[in-house]
Amino acid sequence: MSVLELRGVAKTYGQEPATVHALGGVDLSVQAGEMLAVMGPSGSGKSTLLTIAGSLEDPTSGEVLICGMALAGMPRGRKARLRRRVIGYVFQDFNLLPGLTAVENVALPLELDGVAVPKARAAGLAALARLGVADRAGRFPDQLSGGERQRVAIARAVVGDRRLLLADEPSGALDSVNADEVMRLLHEACQRGVAAVVVTHDAQLAAWADRVVFLRDGRLTGRTTRPPGPESLLTPGEVR
Amino acid sequence: MSVPHVLLALLAEGPKYGLQLREEFEAGTGEVWPLNVGQVYRTLGRLERDGLAESDGTGPDGPQKRFRITPRGEEALAAWLRTPPDLTSPPRDELVMKVLVAARVPGTDAHEVIQAHRVYLVELMQQWTRLKEGEARNDLGLALVVDAELFRLDAVTRWLDVADTRLKRAAAEPSRPAPAAAPAPQLRRLGARR
Repeated sequence: MSVLELRGVAKTYGQEPATVHALGGVDLSVQAGEMLAVMGPSGSGKSTLLTIAGSLEDPTSGEVLICGMALAGMPRGRKARLRRRVIGYVFQDFNLLPGLTAVENVALPLELDGVAVPKARAAGLAALARLGVADRAGRFPDQLSGGERQRVAIARAVVGDRRLLLADEPSGALDSVNADEVMRLLHEACQRGVAAVVVTHDAQLAAWADRVVFLRDGRLTGRTTRPPGPESLLTPGEVR
Repeated sequence: MSVPHVLLALLAEGPKYGLQLREEFEAGTGEVWPLNVGQVYRTLGRLERDGLAESDGTGPDGPQKRFRITPRGEEALAAWLRTPPDLTSPPRDELVMKVLVAARVPGTDAHEVIQAHRVYLVELMQQWTRLKEGEARNDLGLALVVDAELFRLDAVTRWLDVADTRLKRAAAEPSRPAPAAAPAPQLRRLGARR
């Protein structure tokens, strides 16, 4: 079963004649353990697609299913619960709360969901440990490097039993080596069974995904097929 | 790539046999660039002839012959390392030509052409990324080669993105008359060397 499925999802903003068609009939699905990258230039509809997939916005038409459940017509409270329990978000600018320590930031979604504080903190610490920043648990965001902040943000996105990870330009302004590390961590989360959607304009980030789809003017214009393994790269002709 | 200078760099670490040089060359470049043993001995022969390397024996080239770098070889290596490669003129890139041609051929959707190449490039980048994720994690030489290849392919995809946007804007603008003036002489020379 797909963790996320979009069926003919369209989104328009504004009234005629000034209507903006942000998305036009997008179909896609993401399975458990799979990373899908959505590549496209600014204004192609990537972020709209992500906010609709994350149930933060409703499509004008079409259907969104998360773990087989249709979002349309779902009561608000149930949708909010689904958002808290199933979906994790990773933003470009990390969005950590400055007044909370790393572990408090990570545990917050669980606490908001009614999990007892000690249990939530223990889960938060475990998530930080998986991302190699357990020793930073007591630090505030402004005491962390950019790379550490993004690891904390990823820990917050996967804490508990999240099944769907939505990431918008997740490497933010990090340098290439740290950006690689972020993608490696997201990929490892997928290997543990999480489904991820990463929207980016950056081909180097998209290349970490199992599949890449291309968005242009709100429509999917192409997709990669699963390429052969890397072994084929190691047998080119001789050098001169 | 300059095989002679890479062999000199390996000899700068100490005297080595031909087969050993081949193995170290391949290992140092993550085995992305295989090297024929005949090519190693031909190159060593030229280095000896030019006084940049010398060998133990006078016999035929073979596994028993050990090579070392000479002071002139060390100078040549140092000079090569600090000499930038010639990047002054753009290469006649086949992909650039295809997009330029696609924009002119009647009935051809240049965006579709660009997209086909973009998909191919990203698939190739996925393969290199798998390598980075796996073998290159513990192999510095391979990691550097993979990074270089990913940045090269990334630059091409970025150029495709820009080309796509420029063509889209050009199609939306009312057509302008072609400039009457001849291109500046220095621009006409671009690419003349390759």
